[in-house]
Amino acid sequence: MSHPGTLVWFARHESRLAWRDWLAMMTAGGRWRTRSVAIICLIVLVSMHLLALSVVGRYADISEPDKATLVTITGCALMSWSLMVSQALEAVTRAFYTRADLDLILSSPVAARKIFSVRMATMALSITGMAVLLAAPAINVLALRGGSHWLAAYGAVVGLGTSAAAVALALAVAMFRTIGPKRTRLIAQIVAAVIGAAFVIGVQIAAILSADTRLTSTLVSRFALLSSDAALAVAPDIDSVVWWPARAILGDPGALAGGLAAGLVVLIAAIVLFARNFAEHVIVATGAAQAAPQRARAAHTFRQMPPKRMLRRKEWLLLRRDPWLISQTLMQLLYLAPPALLLWRGFGNRSEAATLIVPVLVMAAGQLAGGLAWLAISGEDAPDLIATAPIKANQIVQAKIEAVLGAIVLAFSPFVLALALVSTWPAFIAAIGVLTAAAAATTIQLWFRAQARRSHFRRRQTSSRIATIAEALSSIAWAATAGLAAADSLLALVPGTIGLIILGCTRKLSPRGAAAA
Amino acid sequence: MISPAPVIEPALAIRGLVKCFNRPAVDGLELTVRRGEFYTLLGPNGAGKTTTLRMVAGLLRPDAGTILIHGIDALAEPVAAKGCVAWISDEPMIYDKLTPLEYLEFVAGLWGIDAGVAQARAHELIGWLGLGAHATQYCEGLSKGTRQKVALAGALVHDPSLIILDEPLTGLDAGSARQVKGVLRERVAQGGTVIMTTHILEVAERMADRIGVIAAGRLIAQGTLAELRDQAGRGATSLEDTFLALVAEQAAAA
Repeated sequence: MSHPGTLVWFARHESRLAWRDWLAMMTAGGRWRTRSVAIICLIVLVSMHLLALSVVGRYADISEPDKATLVTITGCALMSWSLMVSQALEAVTRAFYTRADLDLILSSPVAARKIFSVRMATMALSITGMAVLLAAPAINVLALRGGSHWLAAYGAVVGLGTSAAAVALALAVAMFRTIGPKRTRLIAQIVAAVIGAAFVIGVQIAAILSADTRLTSTLVSRFALLSSDAALAVAPDIDSVVWWPARAILGDPGALAGGLAAGLVVLIAAIVLFARNFAEHVIVATGAAQAAPQRARAAHTFRQMPPKRMLRRKEWLLLRRDPWLISQTLMQLLYLAPPALLLWRGFGNRSEAATLIVPVLVMAAGQLAGGLAWLAISGEDAPDLIATAPIKANQIVQAKIEAVLGAIVLAFSPFVLALALVSTWPAFIAAIGVLTAAAAATTIQLWFRAQARRSHFRRRQTSSRIATIAEALSSIAWAATAGLAAADSLLALVPGTIGLIILGCTRKLSPRGAAAA
Repeated sequence: MISPAPVIEPALAIRGLVKCFNRPAVDGLELTVRRGEFYTLLGPNGAGKTTTLRMVAGLLRPDAGTILIHGIDALAEPVAAKGCVAWISDEPMIYDKLTPLEYLEFVAGLWGIDAGVAQARAHELIGWLGLGAHATQYCEGLSKGTRQKVALAGALVHDPSLIILDEPLTGLDAGSARQVKGVLRERVAQGGTVIMTTHILEVAERMADRIGVIAAGRLIAQGTLAELRDQAGRGATSLEDTFLALVAEQAAAA
């Protein structure tokens, strides 16, 4: 048994909390769901392996990689790494600002360095573990079809995960020291999201800007650029150290040992270097949250407006004043950058580019509306106040729906208008699609509405897995419908019908639907 | 010819109120609160006080019974009934990213109060409750006591004739508690009605015109402090003795 106050003791404490937290997140607090979760996990595992088989199965026979293969594998690794850094940066920022048990820990007579060392290691472990879990189906499929040397990729993923955690730690601490605790909270969230999206978006933008029209027209194939002649021409020689991660993935023992060792060394160095001052940073972060409250304009004249309008205004005002929420919700609009660029590029020749971006717009609108609808409907911080106000319940709901759709119209109008300048039919379809996807996502949130704090936005998915999955499937269905309709295809009726079926099933599965039945 | 005296409806009349959550939380409750009265509802934890008041405020739907607020059937005409009621719980219902002034504007808008009237009243309340220094500051940085005062100002800005408070003094310091109590007494002096639950018996003893004791979802005793003492028997001298004697008696009977 470990002695209280030691690193091992803290590690046991942390792992127990992490396990219970994960279990609660997966089962949403219901013990009876454990078996269902296990069955779902099994189904997901099998599906992921089948998916991996269809996507990477054909690459299993690579023995002597050529330059194109190395570039593609490095690109994939870089994308995964950027996502890991993004996740780790979010986790570190959360550790700075979440109080939870920090008051107890910081006031106890144990060295805070120990608990923060354990927390940093736990964070690195969870990031790496998640990466291993996600990569496992592809690695297993490759190993089964191509040989055991592919199992070395597990080691490479661990190396990438640990180095990503170390970089995130260094980034967070550097931001804290340079821009201060108050700004770090917001900036780190934005940086995390940008890093997460940067590589994918960057490759797309590069493909669009390249003169290769083949690449431009195959936007869906994100990595087409990596295997292009232009990319191969500027890539380093085949024996360059740049390809070590790719070689490690392919089973080169030297590259694997080097990558793994480098990842672990930088992580341990980061923990040793930063854990000592982490407690101070946490205390400063708390002080920053409490000091100097924000003020609105001093002169305030009350405005006369009907209750519904007052409710809409409140929703918009709260959203506008919460930069963290804005960054969380509007970050999805980052993914509109490539299609916007594509639209701009295709402006001159009025090509099929306009048609290509319709589904992207519709998908983004559905996702954004889901987030906003959760904030307006479930994330109401004064539910009792609203419920005791002399307004009919349906008027309250109407006002909240209008607030969500209003925000969507505001966010997507510039894109639709720009599209209309290129081609009117896709613009018309995009407008209808954006509204339909947004309305569907909002309706799902209405069916699954629950009472929560706005600050719990990040964990909204855990409150109802069905709502989250339904929201995503519905957005995909409407995006496909709009895409096919913009291309004048009658096949649009198929995803459209699927979209309606998804909504029907979701209604049946929702608490309100179940109560009605 | 002498015309008949006008019938003055009570501020609140509850008849046969029932609400069950697995077991009865409120079990055929009968309660009448007169206009211009400060009524305090006491009871042990889980007695059904909060459930009762949440049903009156329209936050819970009863399984059976009627609720009349100033003669308006709160279940049949909820919007009309809510128009004259304010509800305050122990957790202040305010928005972190609004200032107290903006919050008051929002509440006044929900209750359809004229903007000019609401603004004047809001400034008056801000001054009265000592919130001047915080009026244009986001509520997120305010202390629990200050947040509770903002919520109280929100409850008063639409000039309700019935104020319902569920443990409003929880977590307040002595100064803030005194301020809140002063504001509530002032409302009653102006003809308003206040119904409050509290675990602080001293507050009930000092402030209430009448006290109701609720246990197992039923009203087991009601009256002024003297009337309750009589009901509890000779041994009871303070409200604490009286309350404990009444609850023990009810538990023994059950």
